[in-house]
Amino acid sequence: MIIRILGEGQYELDAEKLTDLNDLDRAVEHAITVGDVEEFRTALTRLLAEVHEFGTPVAGDVFTESDLVLPPSDATLDDVKEMLTDDGLLPG
Amino acid sequence: MGVFSRMSLIFRSKANKAMDKMEDPRETLDYSYTKQLELLQKVRRGVADVATSRKRIELQIARLKQESDKLHDQAQKALAMSREDLAREALTRRSGLEQQISDLGAQHAALQGEEEKLTLAAQRLQAKVEAFRTKKETIKATYTAAQAQTSVTEAVTGISEELGDVGMAVQRAEDRTAELQARAGAVDELLASGALEDVTGTGKDDITAELERMASTSDVELELQRMKTELTAGPSASTAAIEGGDGSAEPAASDTEEPTP
Repeated sequence: MIIRILGEGQYELDAEKLTDLNDLDRAVEHAITVGDVEEFRTALTRLLAEVHEFGTPVAGDVFTESDLVLPPSDATLDDVKEMLTDDGLLPG
Repeated sequence: MGVFSRMSLIFRSKANKAMDKMEDPRETLDYSYTKQLELLQKVRRGVADVATSRKRIELQIARLKQESDKLHDQAQKALAMSREDLAREALTRRSGLEQQISDLGAQHAALQGEEEKLTLAAQRLQAKVEAFRTKKETIKATYTAAQAQTSVTEAVTGISEELGDVGMAVQRAEDRTAELQARAGAVDELLASGALEDVTGTGKDDITAELERMASTSDVELELQRMKTELTAGPSASTAAIEGGDGSAEPAASDTEEPTP
């Protein structure tokens, strides 16, 4: 599976390695819904660490879409909220 | 559906929107390539802008440090003249400056971080854009309508995500830099207003003026003291000079007339 970490690029990794992926995803979703900054930070940090640990960077001449897009490590809860609204995310 | 797959969908829909505008897949390739070059320009400008802001803050820090050193010297001089009040005033001002210097230091670090991120983004994008150009030419050279759509879609959506990613990095850097620039502007105003150098409006700050006044006062005192010393030493020294010779004048010998024979 291909995962992009914004600001870093894409990683390829075995989906099975990410055992807690769904849990972490749910945790982030929950944190965003209730505005729990600490829960958000913890889950995001763990998720990024796992991708770094198990993933290999995708080569520069490969053009492929990502299955998952993760925010950068210094993104705040509000940043991610904004990214999830259609208009706020991408310039142009 | 999870947060992160939703985010990837948002990226994808943007890419598709751009592609839907084009009739011929080859146009899509060129259009995307133009966008990539534009973005690359933008990222490089972004790097330059952040570097400019960083240098401006470096200059500000240097100037504030100079002022801070000056106040430190002043405090020492004031203490040497037993003016603890002046020394205290100088040190109080200095601690205000030190606070500002440390704030600017934090801003400097933030800008450096943005600069590094953008530099990396520019490098990554450049590699992608070069690879895309090769791919684009390959697709065009071997173009058959049937397979073109698939390979174009693949290449363009792949790079669109990259563009979205880098575009966001630039946006974030711009926002942060603008915020820091506003604060840097306030420091520039402070420095330009002369508030740091010229409280009295005489071209010197008040502490320097007071120290100089004290210094010149003590010069005057010293001069007066020297003159007084001279004056009191005066009479004994000058009497000797007025003394004349012994007062005996030798009468000239009168000519004796020779008797004519």
